[in-house]
Amino acid sequence: MSLDAHLVVRRDGFTLDAVLRAEAGEVVALLGPNGAGKTTALRALAGLVALDDGHLELAGERLDDPAAKVFIAPEHRHIGVVFQDYLLFPHLSAVENVAFGPRCRGVPRARARAEATELLGRVGLAEHIGKKPRQLSGGQAQRVALARALATGPRLLLLDEPLAALDARTRLDTRAHLRGHLAAHTGPTVLVTHDPLDAMMLADRLVILEHGRVVQTGDAAAITSRPRTDYVARLVGLNLYRGRADGGLVRITDGFALTTATPLHGDVFVAFPPAAVALYAARPDGSPRNTWRATVAAVSRHGDALRIELTGGITVAADVTPAAAVQLGLEPGREVWASLKATEATTYPAVKV
Amino acid sequence: MLPLAGLLIRAPWTTLPQRLTEPGVLAALRLSLLTATLATVVCLLLGVPLAWLLARARFPGRRLVRALVTVPLVLPPVVGGVALLLVFGRRGLVGGWLDATFGFSLPFTTAGVVVAEAFVAMPFLVISVEGALRGADPRFEEAAATLGASRWTAFRRVTLPLIGPGVAAGAVLCWARALGEFGATITFAGNFPGRTQTMPLAVYLALEQDLDAAIVLSLVLLVVSVVILAGLRDRWLGAP
Repeated sequence: MSLDAHLVVRRDGFTLDAVLRAEAGEVVALLGPNGAGKTTALRALAGLVALDDGHLELAGERLDDPAAKVFIAPEHRHIGVVFQDYLLFPHLSAVENVAFGPRCRGVPRARARAEATELLGRVGLAEHIGKKPRQLSGGQAQRVALARALATGPRLLLLDEPLAALDARTRLDTRAHLRGHLAAHTGPTVLVTHDPLDAMMLADRLVILEHGRVVQTGDAAAITSRPRTDYVARLVGLNLYRGRADGGLVRITDGFALTTATPLHGDVFVAFPPAAVALYAARPDGSPRNTWRATVAAVSRHGDALRIELTGGITVAADVTPAAAVQLGLEPGREVWASLKATEATTYPAVKV
Repeated sequence: MLPLAGLLIRAPWTTLPQRLTEPGVLAALRLSLLTATLATVVCLLLGVPLAWLLARARFPGRRLVRALVTVPLVLPPVVGGVALLLVFGRRGLVGGWLDATFGFSLPFTTAGVVVAEAFVAMPFLVISVEGALRGADPRFEEAAATLGASRWTAFRRVTLPLIGPGVAAGAVLCWARALGEFGATITFAGNFPGRTQTMPLAVYLALEQDLDAAIVLSLVLLVVSVVILAGLRDRWLGAP
């Protein structure tokens, strides 16, 4: 039971063109900024939007194939969807919402109700089965929506920003809870989110979508250590540059080069964490070879540290302790010396291998 | 309010009980209620699907259809009656065929009254139901579809309950309009006591002969409408 899709949807001024594959039991997160086409991709999978090109195959069955004029309507796809704002039917109670799917598939009323009650018990809502959606809290509504999607025994489970509507505390609980249920789902799961933490905590594999295209895929470790676009680098909190490598030297702009520990040739990415950048009031003597003059552009709080945005040579983010910031008198406009240890920077080919 | 007060002041209260029991009054009242209710049912059966099409489906000429639906609102009812005669009359487009095939003729029958009332009252229903549909989030229908509901099931079990108040309001408006219908009815169905003479027609006829009788009939129509509308409003619309 695997998913094999090449989703092409054209809209005014926007084209989604993404290849998406997921094995049975695998959780794939579609991660991307707003407007990247994540929700369109999800709607295409569910059959709420028809493909303009490409194909969609689930468990060996063609669900959408414009070239062959195949389109299976959403009600015949057996795909469960948890919508961003849940879309629980407001006039039905929690148990009736969950029983809705099985009822539509011809399960007798009493049995559908009994199964729905059992399912709601499993998501921890045994006491709330008779409540209307408006009487449920955000976290409870999310669980009802999950139970409703699972009640039909879907071949593919789709979740659109499942945690976006929740406050921070509920989010933490619900994430852990959701993780357990996703692990129990035997078919593939596709999860759409713009939150990298949700994606990394819930998914086995990440697919990064930008401007309707897949820019990077991989597991959390691969994505966090080797980002390939500025968006991903920002998400995982790394400085990322593209340049031309010639041995241990990477030329980033005409006047700026970094020495790295890994000798490579050709187009490469260089990534390093803000904490790897050290700042000095005067030119440091000795070891670090990568030293340059920089100007403080902005200072902001970042966890326990202060994040310093620097310009001059390259635009770079550096993390320093508040004590160091005070000592160096870091404020916008201040000139400092920045240095980076060669061993702290990761270098990898820009061309996909 | 002033015209209503006028009715109440001029009412022949002394002879009221006797006048109310005249057979013509009851027959006209019964016919009015019956035809208005049947017309509302016809409007619901035809109007709700039409409203759904206008609100949800995309098809060429949708604007034109919407404009046509509202035509009876601006058309003088008498003109509507003439138009109905041209279509359903014995020599009309559809009427000729009906007469030849089934020996059935719509004008000047009780069924004709229902058709005339439905024709005039339909826009009230379609407009309120379409408005309610536009206000309802179409994504609920999508959610129902992903759960395996056919379009019809999704409409019946999700959309219809969501727009229930809108449909009820439309039906009440539609019924009230049908009850007061005069022009199209008298043109298309004539004015035969017991068969096509509804209350407004009876009032009009009485006006030419006996002013007191007209006032009594008007009062009856007024009281019945107010009682029924007030009752429906409380029950269906949840008005305070």
